[in-house]
Formats: sequence, structure tokens, C-alpha cells
Amino acid sequence: LTLRTKSRLGSGWQIALLLFWFARPLWAIEPDGSTAQGTNIFAPASTPAKSIADLSVFVLVITGIIFVVVFALLVYAIVKFRARTRDVGREPAQVYGSTQIELAWTIIPILIVVVLFLATARVIHAIQDAPEPAGAVEVTVIGHQYWWEFRYSKLGIVTANELHIPISDPSHPTPTFLRLLSADTDHSFWVPELAGKTDLIPNHPNRMWMDPQRTGVFVGQCAQYCGTQHAKMLLRVSVDGPEDFAAWVRAQQKPAVEDVGAIAGRRVFEGNACMNCHTVGGTPADGRFGPDLTHLMSRTTIAAGAAQNNRQNLRLWIENPSAIKPGSLMPAMKLSDGDMDAVVSYMETLR
Amino acid sequence: MSSNAITIPGAQIQARPWVDELHLWLTTVDHKRLGILYIGSSLLFLAVGGVEALIIRIQLMHSHNNFVSPEVFNRMFTMHGTTMIFFVAMPVLFGFANYLVPLMIGARDMAFPRLNAFSFWLSFLGGLLLYFSFLGGSGLYGAGNAPDVGWWSYAPLGARAFSPGHSSDYWTLALLVSGFGSIGTAINIIATILCLRCPGMKISRMPLLVWLNLVMAGMVLIAITPLSAAQIMLLIDRYLGGHFFDTQAGGSAVLWMHFFWIFGHPEVYILIIPCFAFMSEIIPVFSRKPIFGYPVMVAATVCIAFVSMSVWAHHMFTIGMNSYANSFFTLTTMAVGVPTGIKIFNWIGTMWGGRIQFKTPMLFSIGFLFQFLIAGLTGIMMAASPFDWQLSLSYFVVAHFHYVIVGGILFALFAAFYYWYPKMTGRMLSERLGKWHFWLFLIGFHLTFDVMHIPGILGMPRRIYTYEPGRGWDTLNLIISIGAFIQALAILVFVANLVISYFKGDRAGNDPWDAWTLEWSISSPPPAYNFATVPTVASRRPLWDAKHPEDPDSRYE
Repeated sequence: LTLRTKSRLGSGWQIALLLFWFARPLWAIEPDGSTAQGTNIFAPASTPAKSIADLSVFVLVITGIIFVVVFALLVYAIVKFRARTRDVGREPAQVYGSTQIELAWTIIPILIVVVLFLATARVIHAIQDAPEPAGAVEVTVIGHQYWWEFRYSKLGIVTANELHIPISDPSHPTPTFLRLLSADTDHSFWVPELAGKTDLIPNHPNRMWMDPQRTGVFVGQCAQYCGTQHAKMLLRVSVDGPEDFAAWVRAQQKPAVEDVGAIAGRRVFEGNACMNCHTVGGTPADGRFGPDLTHLMSRTTIAAGAAQNNRQNLRLWIENPSAIKPGSLMPAMKLSDGDMDAVVSYMETLR
Repeated sequence: MSSNAITIPGAQIQARPWVDELHLWLTTVDHKRLGILYIGSSLLFLAVGGVEALIIRIQLMHSHNNFVSPEVFNRMFTMHGTTMIFFVAMPVLFGFANYLVPLMIGARDMAFPRLNAFSFWLSFLGGLLLYFSFLGGSGLYGAGNAPDVGWWSYAPLGARAFSPGHSSDYWTLALLVSGFGSIGTAINIIATILCLRCPGMKISRMPLLVWLNLVMAGMVLIAITPLSAAQIMLLIDRYLGGHFFDTQAGGSAVLWMHFFWIFGHPEVYILIIPCFAFMSEIIPVFSRKPIFGYPVMVAATVCIAFVSMSVWAHHMFTIGMNSYANSFFTLTTMAVGVPTGIKIFNWIGTMWGGRIQFKTPMLFSIGFLFQFLIAGLTGIMMAASPFDWQLSLSYFVVAHFHYVIVGGILFALFAAFYYWYPKMTGRMLSERLGKWHFWLFLIGFHLTFDVMHIPGILGMPRRIYTYEPGRGWDTLNLIISIGAFIQALAILVFVANLVISYFKGDRAGNDPWDAWTLEWSISSPPPAYNFATVPTVASRRPLWDAKHPEDPDSRYE
């Protein structure tokens, strides 16, 4: 923390950075009124993000000092040694170099590099080589064009786009370890306030972890260009208190609600191509190309965060996905109005 | 072009039919004409790439903007990146190298004039091939279609499964063809410097520009070859059933990344080292002092070249390398900062105790020093790999490398334009328009790229065609876009200056800057054969010796 105050002595734009950091409540309110967390890398809520932010401030301070020193030398040279009218026709002393000075400005940077490297190596090791404790939650994250699949193998849960993880109490840590895979192109999992990003690469499983220390919804999005709709491959991570998380797990473990009122919509769903790509637990629909819909209505958004999850948007999404997310791989289903209403009603029963 | 646009230097000025003039330019093997062709074609592509950048900036002015579709946006950033690196930055620097290296070493042409012409036309046709994709790319629906895979074309996005049609093939062929051109030019520059130096010009007496272009050419040979190999492998994947990068069949996406970045990082130094070269010529002349620490400048350049060959995976800190690899590439990347820092200090040392004249070339050089310092420091930030896990793939990186490429390379290039335009055309560029150009561009640049760091810190990824409101990105993006238009305005002033000064500029004479290297000893523009008698030099600043026979450099070296 002492480092943070010192960095205000740095250059102007670093001060600007810090101002943005302190002003972050200003943009933490989403337009729909719900409060979501921001995406500021200097507002960490989890150990990896926090060690990165601390290292970052350290690096910012060092580079800030270098900037001030070199900038001052540069400005001094420009002002002090500008040509004056009395100098016309006279050349200054021709100096070819100085071994001592050049040696000094070689050795000092080497020492700075050594210090920065050691500080960095420590953080690399602490984050990357952290052992997985027994109480950790394990989630397999599979990147798809353009949505996220989350599989909790030990808990028997499959969901999409909105990750639920428990809060981690430092005295009794329950971190979440993510195994990162890709079904198609490269993606990158980035929720800035929880951890740095790690790519999801086909044939190259990766790992990352986070131990959030406050509850709430943390947002992020795919950071590695993955195709047409890379921009709308959004991420929401809901950090729940222990009871909330347990309740969510129990609800997700149940098969889909069977509502006789929605049987017409279910027939439409199973009689069309819908079931080739989507799973509804406990029914014959077991496609895996698209998101699992078993508990669709437990999610606040659809289309990987591109729209709020409500009847109007669901209908629009099934009728014309391009209206929400042009280039998405969800086809327009070309259903009749009646079938459309029925299938949307069926979706709404999947709580 | 008017018939007397650029006369055969030294010959009688007479109007030739435009067909003859065109024929002359198309078939020329003169290093000066080829240099101008390189520079001219780069300016053309600069305009196109600039328009693409403006389209990107209009789309991002506010959240959920619908100026262009996601497909068009993705094509724009792919084409902008590919164009600016391969068809603007490299050719324009090759152009200056082509023009200046033989003049500075007292040679009458490059070592292989016809290879020189061949290399230029390969590079230029590579660019045309890239842009032909707009018409002939035959995308999914048979319509024209430019590549939209990003300028890295990361596997497997470039595989046929994810990039159907031929747009990616045009991208691949454009890079392959222009890559051969680059290799040809690099061989030519090396051979010229090693074999054609005038009597007395020992390796240790070459102007720094020549030294740095020698290093650059060596790096081109090492860096372009893996890129060409990767492009051939990609073509094999796409058409001959190979699986190098085809992850659906067990290929490796990471292998492509290594191939691309083992080219891609040295490429940054291939671009910046010739700009260091411009600085090392221009700053001494306008400070009225020799370069400070010539041997150290050479050593630092060679050191940068070597170390920069071992830093490529710092572009890949987020791909899940183990902690040892991440530490190694952190160390090597930070280490590059040492020789780079030495260079900045030596330039300041050159100015120290001098009598600095603030002509336009010097203004751009000072802009370069200031911005390159910041670009280097943000580079150090991202070299710390954990910091990079946050900053990589965000707008912070975009701001960083534009700081290098625009704030560094483009500023240095503008300095070079203002400095050597008189030699190339015989006319001075207007100082008044030059100052307008400098200040407008400086303001636009800082408005755009200083501000651009902040959305990155606030979590905005690059390459997104739109973004959600409420993340604190809107206002910042609007400011960035306004800055982009100010830069575009400055470029218009620059072009106006190039054109107006060509016809109405003051006569330059042989040596308008009172400079010290050999190109200023002959007429502007130089005659076709450059030197009537091959000069003999006794020091690093032959013209200083000629102007100050009482106190020549040769006495001290």
C-alpha cells in the first residue's frame, strides 16, 4: 500500500490511471440498474488478481521513476542546449563519447532489470505453481464459437455462459480451479477482477484458478479473437456465499422441470433441429453443439451475455439470432407463430 | 505523373512522353528510383490502411454502434494490421535503405540491381494480391471477401473449417510473395554494405545508418524465413491434406504461434532499427555534434538483434506455458531494455552540449525520443508476465504497439522524409507546413494513444467490433476516435507538403543541412551514377573533414 501512494509521484498519466481506479464506482452500475462488478485490473477481488495488481503497481512505480528521470534529462537537454542566435556559424565542442558515463548507463539498467525480474518471477511461481487444495471446486471450461460451456464433473452439473463459484474464505480456502479446453478456435478466459487471462486452445489443455473474496457478479469476456462474434462472447461469474452456492448446486443437479402445460412446446423442440444441438436433462434432447438448456431460466442472460433472458428476447433469438448476434452459429428456426410461442413457453419452464 | 516529375538525375532536363517515363519507372534498376518506388507504394498503402483504421475508429466511437457489420469490422482490423506491417512499414524502410545505403558508402548502386527491382515488384505485387481478395476472395456466399482472421491468423482460425473460401489464401500468398521480396532486398543490402564500400570506409567508419541497416537485413534473413515456412505449411494444410496446424486432426495451434512470433517479434526490431538509424543521423546533424559513443551504439544494436531473437514467446504469456518458460521470456524481454536504454541515453548525450536546431526533422526526432521512451516502459510492464496476463490481448497492448509503430517508427519516418526529401527531389519541404504537420500529428497521436491505454486497464479486449455500455469505455473510445481524425488531418497536411513543395519548394542545393555524410556531397537529386569519382574517406564524417580541414575527425578516430 505504501507503494501505491508513492506511485502518485510518477508521471501524469499514471496519476490519471489511479484516478480512474478510485473513480470506478462511477461505472460499476449497469444500465439496467443491476449492480455488476467492473472490469478494472486494479480492483482485484481474488488472490491471483491481487498479486498481479500488487506487482503491477511495483512495476509502474519503477518505470514511473525511470520515465521522470529520462524525461527530465531530455527536456533539460532540449531547453539548455537549444541553438541561440549568438551561436550562428560556430560549432559546439565535438565530443565523441565517454566510457565512464556509458558504462554507468549500462550497469544501472541491468540492476533495475534484475530487481524487476526477481519480483516478477516470484509472482509467476506463486500463481502458476499454486497447489490445488482438497476443497477446491473443479470446473471444465470449454470455449465454443461464441459461448462458454461449464462442466462441473464432480458435481454432475453442465451449464453455459454464467459460471457460479463459491466465495473463498482465506482461513478456509475453497478456490475454484478451471481446466480450459476449446471445441473449435482459440479463446481466452478473462474476468479481470478475478484473475489474469488464460487462453483456451484446442489440443492444449490449460489451467487457471481464482479464490474470490467478495460475492457478486463479475463480468469479463473472451479476449482471444475467435471469429465473427468474438465481441459478444461475454462472461459472467457469479461468486456466491456458501449457502447460496450449495443451493445453486442442488437446483442445477435436478433434471429439467416437466411441466405438462408446456408439452406442446416440448414437442416442437424435440420435433425440430433444436434437440440436435441442445441438451435438456432428463429428456431425449442431448445435443452438445449449443448450450445446455436444462436450467435455462436460472441464467440472467442468453446468447453468451448478448441479451437479457426474457420472453421477448428468447423469442427474437429463436426467430432471428442475427438480430441479437449476427454471425452466431444458432440458425433462424423458421417456425410458425404458434410453434414459436409454444417453444418459448417451454423454454420458460426450464427453471 | 507529369513528364518531368523526376528527371534522370544529371541528364538534360527535357520533357519525355509519359509512356517513356512510365516505361522508365517500370523497368528501372536504379537504386534511387527503386527506393522512391518503395516509398511511393508504401504511402499509397498507408492511405488505404489509414482509411481502414478510421473505419475501425468510427465503429468504436460508442457502444453498440452499427456503422459496419462484425464481418466488415473483422476484415478491417485484419487488413489494417497486415497492410501497415507488410506493405507500409517494411517497404518504406527498405525504400530509404535502398536510396541511402549506396549513397552513404560511396557506391554507384546496390550490389544486385536486378534482384533489387525483382524484390520491389514482388513486394508490391504481394500487396496487390492482398487487396485483390476484396474482389476475388470468394467467401462463403461467392461474394468478394477480404481475410478476417486477424493479422496473426492464429490456428485453427486460418484452417479451411473456420476460414472457408479463398480470402485466407490471398493473405497467405501475399505474405509469402512479399516475404521473398524482403529476403531478396536483405541479401542485397548485406552484399552492398560488405562489398561496395568506397576506399577508406572501414566497417568501423560506416555511418550508423549503414551499420543499422546491415543489422536489420541480417534479422530479415533470420525472421522472414520461418514466416514463409509457416505460410507454406498452412497452404499444405489447406490444400494438400496436411495437419500441421489443423487442430481438428491433431495438429498444433501452439506451433503456429511459435512460428508466427519467432518472425513477429524480430519484425518489430526490423522496423525499429532502421528508425534508430534515422535518429542516429538526424540528431547529430541538428545538434551539431557527432553521435555520442559510436562503438557502443553499434554494439547495442547488435545486442538488440541477438536478444530480440529470444523474446518471441512474450507474445504468448497467456497460452499456458509453464512457469520456467514464462520466467525465461520475462528475463530476455526485460534484458532488451538495457541496450535500448543505452541508445536513448546516447542520443540525449549527443544533444548534450550541442546547439540544437529545431527544424522539422529534429522536431519529429524529439517526438520519437519522448514517445519511444514511453513505449519502451509500457513494454517493460508487459514483459512482467503476470502483468501481461491482464494487459495482453487488451487495448493496452494495442496502445503499446501503436506507441512503438506510430509514436516511434512513423515519427522517425517523418523525420527522415523531411531530412532526405531535399536530397531526393532537389526541393526543400515547407517548414511552415511541416510545423503544422508536426503539431497536429503530435496532438492527434497523444489524444488517441495515451488515452487508449486506459480502456485496456479497464478490461476492454482488442478486436471487438462493439462493446457493452456501462463499462466506462464509451467516453474514452470517443476521445480515441477524435484523435484518429486529427492524425488523419495531419497526414493530409503532410501529403499537401510533399506535393506543393515538389513544385514550389526552395531549391535544396547539395547540402541544405550542413551535414556530414557522403550523400550530401553530390547534387540533389543525385546523378544516376551517384559519384563522378568514387570518394575516399578518412573518418566517419567525411564532409566534416572537408569542411574543417584544420580539425578533422580522422585525427581522433
